[in-house]
Amino acid sequence: MKAWVWALIALVALLLLNAATTSGFFAIKMVDGHLYGSLVDIFQHAAPVIIVGLGMTLVIATGGVDLSVGAVVAIAGTLAALLIGKGFALATVLTAVLATGLALGLVNGLLVSVGRIQPIVATLILMVAGRGVAQLLSDGQILTFTNPGLVFFGNGHILGLPFALWIVALLLLLMSLFTRGTAFGMFVETVGDNPVAARFTGIDARGVLLTVYTVTGLCAAVAGLVIAGQTNAADANNAGLYLELDAILSVVLGGTALTGGRFTLVGTLLGALVLQTLTTTILTKGVAVELTLVVKAAVVLAVCLIQSPEFRVHVFRKRPA
Amino acid sequence: MMRHRPLIATIGVFILLTAIASLRYKGFFSTAVFLDLFRDNAFLGIAAIGATFVILSGGIDLSVGAVIGFTSILIATLVETYRWPPPIAIVAALGIGSVFGAGMGVLVAKFRIPPFLVSLAGMFLARGLGLTLSLQSIELKNPFFAAISDHPYALPILFLATFGVGLGLLHLRPFGRNVVAIGGREESARLMGVPVDRTKVGVYALAGFCSALAGVAYTVYTGAGNANGGTLLELDAIAAVVIGGTLLTGGVGGLVGTLFGVLTLGVIQTAITFEGTLSSWWTKIAIGGLLLAFIVGQRLAEGKRMRE
Repeated sequence: MKAWVWALIALVALLLLNAATTSGFFAIKMVDGHLYGSLVDIFQHAAPVIIVGLGMTLVIATGGVDLSVGAVVAIAGTLAALLIGKGFALATVLTAVLATGLALGLVNGLLVSVGRIQPIVATLILMVAGRGVAQLLSDGQILTFTNPGLVFFGNGHILGLPFALWIVALLLLLMSLFTRGTAFGMFVETVGDNPVAARFTGIDARGVLLTVYTVTGLCAAVAGLVIAGQTNAADANNAGLYLELDAILSVVLGGTALTGGRFTLVGTLLGALVLQTLTTTILTKGVAVELTLVVKAAVVLAVCLIQSPEFRVHVFRKRPA
Repeated sequence: MMRHRPLIATIGVFILLTAIASLRYKGFFSTAVFLDLFRDNAFLGIAAIGATFVILSGGIDLSVGAVIGFTSILIATLVETYRWPPPIAIVAALGIGSVFGAGMGVLVAKFRIPPFLVSLAGMFLARGLGLTLSLQSIELKNPFFAAISDHPYALPILFLATFGVGLGLLHLRPFGRNVVAIGGREESARLMGVPVDRTKVGVYALAGFCSALAGVAYTVYTGAGNANGGTLLELDAIAAVVIGGTLLTGGVGGLVGTLFGVLTLGVIQTAITFEGTLSSWWTKIAIGGLLLAFIVGQRLAEGKRMRE
């Protein structure tokens, strides 16, 4: 059984629940050559979490975690708004933002691989300091912009579909090819499963770790552009706040274990969609927004308990059949 | 001596920062500033004491800030809306915090769910329940809170008393030794006969109690109940513990380091306030830089010891 089956079941159940209770939930309209509808909205809103989650999947598969992605999102968005405001060309701005994400990811990777510092501590540094840096860049202000190129990241459409969706598709394709088309995915899993064995097998664990953290930094920068584009603004205080937690949650919901080893990119996509569908459901059902967090807590616990062998023994095998 | 090197480094950095700030800013080196250091950081300090036990046991607790927010809004609701006497509301909040922590401990110990995920769910739950009680902050009009808040020594005493009890628990009771043993190597601890599951539940219950107590201190300090209070405070608590020399892998560290870690964060904050022209985000950057320096320093010291 694939690891992501539970996430798929949860997603289908949630969608069916919505379809049964909200008329026209699956309806997708064509307006001005753009596709509109609840399903498109869910995808659009989930895009940043999916983008970050894809990188996070690889990090978690190596047995690590990256807490700094939310801060990198804030830095990326702020930097983009700042540079575009100073009149730089879009291509220059995008290069600078992506290079910054790459560099920040590389720093995390160096601390974890060469510095041999626990991932949770190594990335905690950037999580704490990074948001401060973003606030420093923006002087604590919300920077707005009207540049159509930046706005396109959040609100643009290609062939009727949101641009963010194309980014997700492209990233998923590239990363699937990179990890499953080459041996890299297996290296990642070996490093996460048993670092000592990985070293004896001759796997360059250092290089693997450097790569996954750098890729995650890059993903976070892309997500920062999407989030800034969706709101036409960069908010150094709140952009990407708790994004690391949602991303980690999506990875775990998708069936990748937090302890490292096997990973599934498709699972993370499904996990992020489950989370977003849940939020959308609560909003459209008119349930108080504050209950979203309580429901989220219940879902996290339920999924964790289902995946816990000890729990299954306790609940399912002790009762006489 | 070797064992105490991280602790000496922490205390050294604290003294160095205080000395620099005292020379640079007039009136920094005064009883009032130091009293405020303990007063302003009482809730962070109390939360960090609970976090130290969790981290020593090899776990992590992300629910700290959310429990502080929940406790604060719970006490305000009970006192202002339902007219409960404040002491009873506080005892109830402390009880709920402990039970909440114990619940997380059961999930960690019995069902082997990673502490990161359990406390993440705990964070969502506590924050969500707090917001369900009231989205707006509630001002505390009951004179009980103003009386404590006006007393200059009340919060510092609460902070230091919690520290003292924690120190006793860690060094004089079997519980403390068991926590360190589990953090060092859980399997060995189990084979030595340490009651692993019971101790873990105790650790998270203690952390829940400390978070709730920090919530009480926060409520007194701000004079209001606020469900959004203590946002991201778990990060400051973890940072204080790490700067205090406790390893996040568990098994190594102590509460004296945490105390100085909290005070170091407090001195940075105070110095930036004294500077006046520096914006508050410099605090975050400074804490990040300090974390980096400490962790890299620890690594280098460890590497040197291995070579010796």
